[in-house]
Amino acid sequence: MTIAAVQLTRQPRRVALGWAFFERQANLWKRFWAWEVVWLLYGLVNTLSITFIANEAAKSGAVSHAEQPRLTMFLLIGTLVWAYLSAVLEDMSLTIMWERWEGTIEHTLMSPVPRVVHLVGMSVFGVLHAFVRTSLVLACSLPFFHLELAGANWVAAAVIVIVGSASLVGLGILAAILPMLYPERGEQMSYMVQALVLLVSGVYYSVNVLPNWLQVASYVSPATYLLRGIRDVLLNHAGFDSEAGLIGTLAIFGAVLVPLSLIAFGFAERWAKKTGRLKRQG
Amino acid sequence: MNTAGERQPLPLEVEELTKAFKVKAPRRSRGGWRRQRRARAALAGVSFNVHPGEIYGVLGANGSGKSTLVRILSTLLLPDEGSVRVFGYDAVKEAASVRPLLNRVSVDPSFFKPMSAMENLQFFGRVYGLSGPEVRRASVAILERLGLDGEHAREPMLHLSRGQQQKVAVARAFLSAPRLLLLDEPTTGLDPRSKREVQSFVAEARRDRGVTILLTTHDMSEAEQLCDRVGFLSAGKLVAEGTPVELRKMVAAGRPLDEVGMEDVFIELTGRSIEEDEEEEAG
Repeated sequence: MTIAAVQLTRQPRRVALGWAFFERQANLWKRFWAWEVVWLLYGLVNTLSITFIANEAAKSGAVSHAEQPRLTMFLLIGTLVWAYLSAVLEDMSLTIMWERWEGTIEHTLMSPVPRVVHLVGMSVFGVLHAFVRTSLVLACSLPFFHLELAGANWVAAAVIVIVGSASLVGLGILAAILPMLYPERGEQMSYMVQALVLLVSGVYYSVNVLPNWLQVASYVSPATYLLRGIRDVLLNHAGFDSEAGLIGTLAIFGAVLVPLSLIAFGFAERWAKKTGRLKRQG
Repeated sequence: MNTAGERQPLPLEVEELTKAFKVKAPRRSRGGWRRQRRARAALAGVSFNVHPGEIYGVLGANGSGKSTLVRILSTLLLPDEGSVRVFGYDAVKEAASVRPLLNRVSVDPSFFKPMSAMENLQFFGRVYGLSGPEVRRASVAILERLGLDGEHAREPMLHLSRGQQQKVAVARAFLSAPRLLLLDEPTTGLDPRSKREVQSFVAEARRDRGVTILLTTHDMSEAEQLCDRVGFLSAGKLVAEGTPVELRKMVAAGRPLDEVGMEDVFIELTGRSIEEDEEEEAG
């Protein structure tokens, strides 16, 4: 059977189409392994330098020595969740940005892949990539601190990360729209989205220390609930019962943000096609 | 899908295609904080048909609207007015049905440069629904035919010359076995040998696979050598159309046809030289 005949007589399987994007990202990752090492080291240094603030706080008497491990864990969770979240957002915003740099955007977007499948392929890679990188940073960070992890509920933490990842993917797809709409400034704008999430979500502090008007913004950031849930189950040893509401909230965020971001992406793509913005840049 | 009468839909039917881009007007004063925008026509009522198995050439200077036309046909740009039908499917309303039927080679061989040719082809083959082994088999066959060996195919694309990269771009376009192929200045910037190899592959593909081709170029000899019919695009308008011989006859004015070059025909019919380097088109 010729390739033409094969192509005409079968409907391409959606999983295989989505796999194309996963495989491509994996191939790019292999070529940029040195950058991956750099990001890993950067993540580790960032994690250590923020978490050592707890040692300083104890040494200077700002917190008691008894409270130090809790502060250490609080900051460690913040840095790791932030590393995870920013890696997902970065990978997703590369959906358009990288293709613009390489000039492949037109070839990819004219291919017969449904956009949902395209974005799901990118999301699966982004989430797994972020998870592996964050796990390595965690593994390398742990020997630097004396942490009591016996009562931590790791299963609940994993469930919260999995459920929360859907909403992060939604945010990532929304961030990917910016480079499509604004070829020259979209990249910087997507970093601004990350910066806002960092500010209002309580990454290194509780959201109740924020001014009231910023606390309002924290309610609409899924990262707020992701961080709160992970701190509850790892720091306060909370179980599924007490976290059910929070997990439900994260699930609702995912159920709303993912379809909303896909619809927004569709509108943005149409607008880009109307104004001629699907072109190479850089 | 257009099923009017018994007529088989043509590979490409373009009717009254119009597209304008809004561009910022030059800043003349310090008065306003916002620059005004004005519309610049890239295509103005372009109509033509391409028949099965035909190579149709669109000739025009830079900025004449060639790339805008190819982008609209590729479903990457929405026209303001007019319609495009690919094998009967509307390229705007039925883009999902159009996309599997066509592929494209652009002037710039755009790839993920850190990846090898095979890895790139693997990706671009998979997004057209081909399996890994199918892509590998077809890629090797096409690249060998184009004179690119397996060793080059495994190197990162950034180590390949411009000509080699363009051959991989041709392979990418043929990988999906398109029924309509859009070649947007595929040989621009290639050395004479690579140019000849790509041209002969295109001619062979039309002969052996019956693929219909739309070729945009500003290379007159390429158009004459490859195209069955040619349309002259100037300032977004299709000002003349016909076989190379028909076009020569239009301007011969009694001179023997072999004394009338396509360059003369172009100047006569469009009022400008093909080399005229106009402002880069917005689309």
